[in-house]
Amino acid sequence: MSRSGLPHLIFFAFVRWFYPGSFLITSSWFRSSHMQSILRRTLAPSNPLLRCQVNVTPRAFRPFGLRTIVTKKYTVEHECVSFDDSTGLGVISITDHAQSSLGDVVFVELPQVGTVVAQHDQIGAVESVKAASDIYAPVSGQVEEINETLADQPGLLNKSPEEKGWLCKIKLSDPSELEKLMNKEEYEASYEH
Amino acid sequence: MVPFAGYSMPLSYGDVGQVASHNHVRTDAGLFDVGHMVQSNFRGPTATQFLEWLTPSSLSSLKPYSSTLSVILNEKGGIIDDTIVTKHAEDAFYVVTNAGRRDRDLAWFTEKLEQWNSTEHAKNGPVEMEVLENWGLIALQGPRAASYLQALTSFDLQKLTFGTSAFVPLEGFNLHVARGGYTGEDGFEISIPPSETVEVAKILSKYPVQLTGLGARDSLRLEAGMCLYGNDLDEDTTPVEAGLSWVIGKERKESGEFIGAEGVREHLKNGPPRRRVGFIIEGAPARQGAKIFSGTEQIGTITSGIPSPTLNKNIAMGYVRNGFHKKGTELEVEVRNRRRQAVVTSMPFVKPNYWRG
Repeated sequence: MSRSGLPHLIFFAFVRWFYPGSFLITSSWFRSSHMQSILRRTLAPSNPLLRCQVNVTPRAFRPFGLRTIVTKKYTVEHECVSFDDSTGLGVISITDHAQSSLGDVVFVELPQVGTVVAQHDQIGAVESVKAASDIYAPVSGQVEEINETLADQPGLLNKSPEEKGWLCKIKLSDPSELEKLMNKEEYEASYEH
Repeated sequence: MVPFAGYSMPLSYGDVGQVASHNHVRTDAGLFDVGHMVQSNFRGPTATQFLEWLTPSSLSSLKPYSSTLSVILNEKGGIIDDTIVTKHAEDAFYVVTNAGRRDRDLAWFTEKLEQWNSTEHAKNGPVEMEVLENWGLIALQGPRAASYLQALTSFDLQKLTFGTSAFVPLEGFNLHVARGGYTGEDGFEISIPPSETVEVAKILSKYPVQLTGLGARDSLRLEAGMCLYGNDLDEDTTPVEAGLSWVIGKERKESGEFIGAEGVREHLKNGPPRRRVGFIIEGAPARQGAKIFSGTEQIGTITSGIPSPTLNKNIAMGYVRNGFHKKGTELEVEVRNRRRQAVVTSMPFVKPNYWRG
């Protein structure tokens, strides 16, 4: 590591700690610092401790071979993942709260099918007129499918963020990562003041 | 609501999204509260000469009740702020500057006034500055702005062409109305005394006029190719680099004695090291800070960029090394570690719709 690299890392660690729930805004349309503070303010959880809250809900009992269980989990970065344990696939989307904070989504950049991602890797971005927000992988795995309709209809992210506006499907390599994510109530509590 | 230059300001109003709000100004009319901007009067026998020292504009040849975009320059020719200067008379000017530059501008004006007034320039009386504290400033913008305003006044707005201003009677008020704005559309900027601002704003915000926030204000100005101070202009940038040489009066280019003249003239004579240009960008929109490449070499940086609601293309402006600025030049911009095609495009991106009579 170069000598100059270390303070940089410390700075990033600080940012991640201090604004755990922030979208990483890569740019903005007026003073970037202003926009960062806007979205941080809008989207950051009120209680920083929530970021490390562990899911304590007991795992539902699954009668073997009868039916599948879909678990929906949320991140402080405002992504959510719907995991179907029969296929091992997680459907990734941004939350309704995130889309309403972003405004009109006009462009979505998605990962390539086949990409292997680690939890918290940047996998794409959502752009509204006012800002760009990075999307992070809520879970580790391989990208199996992306939502091609978003190329023509990015507005689906506003109309139906967690259903028709899904971003991609990831084959989870470690489903136990889900346990570290938040359930709906915890997620909602994380941004409500 | 967002913090902006010490004010709390709306990005948007109600449920109207930024794109809908933007489009409404392009097709109908929108009202912007720009009361955060700094309005000042400069008065005194040598007000024209004083402001011609602070800016490179030809203010002596400007007709009364006409406005011009101008720049306030530092000693090196860098832009302290951009401003709209309106001449009322040889000895009276109305100047609007940016809220974000308030402290810097007012300190500069005060310092320079003291200098000016301590010399023989002031032998027939000093030049004085009056900041119009707490005055309202609202911008009514869009193709339906004129018909809306005309219904409220006996003043013939047909005669008020782009870049001119007048005191206009409006529902019992008598207000300074300047035809122009920051959207590329026909429109008016209306200055209002503090006690009347709310009432006038109510009168001016009925159907079809929509209240319009900072978000749409930014996308409209960028489509119009206009600069945002702090993004596209700063103190290390001369008006020549910024593509604003046109604000420098013809006769003043050669011999004008204004602050920063030397740096400006150097750039005029030898060409500036870099130039502000427009871009159309494929794929992802490039935002402020995105690097501009020619091959493997970085030759510039984006200063403002958005997906244009009117054009459905990604537009941007930025600075490139002199020589790469010609229209049609194919370059690349880096967004999220990937190169995107960027073609140098003339500005404005959207054709202006000014009333020129």
